[in-house]
Amino acid sequence: MDAYNQESYCGAVRPAERESPKKEEDDAARSIETYDGELQDKKRRRRVLAGRILVGIFLFAGWELFTRIGWMDPYYWSSPSEILKTAWVQLTEGTLLRDIVYTSGSTVIGFVTGTLTGALLGLSFWWSKTYAGISEPFLIILNALPKLALGPVLVILFGIGFFSKAVLAFLMTVVTSAISAYGGVKSVDPALETLMVSLGAKRRQVFTKVVVPWSMPWIISSLRINIALALAGSIVGEFISSEQGVGRMIIYAGTILDINLVWVGVFVLSILSMLMYWGVILLEKWLSKRLAIISS
Amino acid sequence: MSESCKIEVIGVSKIFRRDGKNVAALAETNLAVREGRFASIIGPSGCGKSTLFNIIAGLMPPTTGDVTVDGQSIVCRAGTVGYMLQKDLLLPWRTILDNIILGLEIRGEPRAKAVERALPLMEKYGLKGFDSHYPNELSGGMRQRAALLRTLLYDRDIMLLDEPFGALDAQTRLSMQNWLLEIWKDFGKTVLFVTHDIDEAVYLSDDVYVFSARPGRVRAKIAVPIERPRKPEDLTTERFMELKHHLLELLSEERDPAEEIS
Ligand SMILES: Nc1ncnc2c1ncn2[C@@H]1O[C@H](COP(=O)(O)OP(=O)(O)O)[C@@H](O)[C@H]1O
Ligand SMILES: [Mg+2]
Repeated sequence: MDAYNQESYCGAVRPAERESPKKEEDDAARSIETYDGELQDKKRRRRVLAGRILVGIFLFAGWELFTRIGWMDPYYWSSPSEILKTAWVQLTEGTLLRDIVYTSGSTVIGFVTGTLTGALLGLSFWWSKTYAGISEPFLIILNALPKLALGPVLVILFGIGFFSKAVLAFLMTVVTSAISAYGGVKSVDPALETLMVSLGAKRRQVFTKVVVPWSMPWIISSLRINIALALAGSIVGEFISSEQGVGRMIIYAGTILDINLVWVGVFVLSILSMLMYWGVILLEKWLSKRLAIISS
Repeated sequence: MSESCKIEVIGVSKIFRRDGKNVAALAETNLAVREGRFASIIGPSGCGKSTLFNIIAGLMPPTTGDVTVDGQSIVCRAGTVGYMLQKDLLLPWRTILDNIILGLEIRGEPRAKAVERALPLMEKYGLKGFDSHYPNELSGGMRQRAALLRTLLYDRDIMLLDEPFGALDAQTRLSMQNWLLEIWKDFGKTVLFVTHDIDEAVYLSDDVYVFSARPGRVRAKIAVPIERPRKPEDLTTERFMELKHHLLELLSEERDPAEEIS
């Protein structure tokens, strides 16, 4: 069955499956009762969706209720209605929209440049074992280094503007991406390289026709982690020092003890993070389809 | 002798160095195959058959000796012969069609032209309608067909086939053998074929080279005097049986000392 699934991966990581562990249970159920498996699936999915919505409503309603009757201190917990009200004011009269654009801008730029640079760096290790051998320990050290701790240095180096945030997001992603791509490069089947040479291929052709497509699943598998890392980089950059951005808004709200606004910031960031995650999933799907990567 | 020979292997040997020790994989080997002939190599596993092929294909240098095609040395010149390696090695992210034209693509031929050449071959040799499928959707036999067509389309006078049907079941194997004979008849290639199956060697070949155990060397060269085109019925004739017994004897003499060592 899997053989016909054109969107699965030949790498060790199979994001499409990891995404829904639920699917396996469903498959198992289907093999026991095949005749109405599909119907049951549909029913289950509807029940799951309804359950999720219900739980969500309960949580928010409980939050609202408890802060109103005083079981939760509204000073710290605010309340959903207050948060919504503040958000609306910030959107229409404040700078929230501009802040969102600012934060997502530095995140996306850092993510794209970091992932691309890292992937190219990782792929480049294929060309020389010596070069790869020399670089490997430094890559590992860089990976272990808490890059967020470099934030203050970056702000001093690149100023308190947009650029220092993008650089921090870039640094957060470039090493993971390089390590993933290098993992792909190291796992290339040597027999495939032999085949290419036997067909008269030059090294450049072995690289473009075998090494790069072989490593793509590894590179793609680093995308999801990278988007979260990039966002964290941007926010911390704004925490340290900034004139704009959702991160700055949260810090600012904290200093003036505007708890409502802190909560608005937290929710906006959660939503932003989710949207970017979905965006990356779409990107993954598009990339895998384009490269026609098939499980082998 | 050398004038009429397409490919000659002259005194080729190979010693690998591994963990500071020398491992003799192939002792001095001589082969000569005339143009358009089908020659098989059979011998115990580990006797250096694949090593010999790798040397002929120019993928590694021999420790001693020379390989010539039409009298010219081809040592370390990859790409002068068509080589089908022991595994089918289809690229999983490419369609069957794109796998088959890989050699032409590497040579820089425009895709449209390559496709124009590949499609009729696929149609004629049993891969019709599989062009946009991916390798993992194909059975073992079909994959071997694709790998062989890739080698064929690479368009060299000489084809080296390293145990191409080794992993197939008996039924598929026989149909693939006939399929290969058909291609060989149509294209008149000079074929060097490695197998561990005596029936297969006799059924397909004009000449069978029997190799000794490691380090391998040609122990005997047996001509197969069965007329072509060959049919599956030939597999049960008396003459076939005699040849088979003869080869079996030669091989079993080889296997015993090897087993004592290991
Ligand atoms: N690259 C290599 N390095 C070291 N030893 C090798 C290498 N390739 C093959 N050998 C050894 O050479 C011998 C012959 O191998 P091979 O040519 O693959 O045998 P066959 O194809 O006849 O089974 C084996 O003992 C194998 O372990
Ligand atoms: Mg072998």
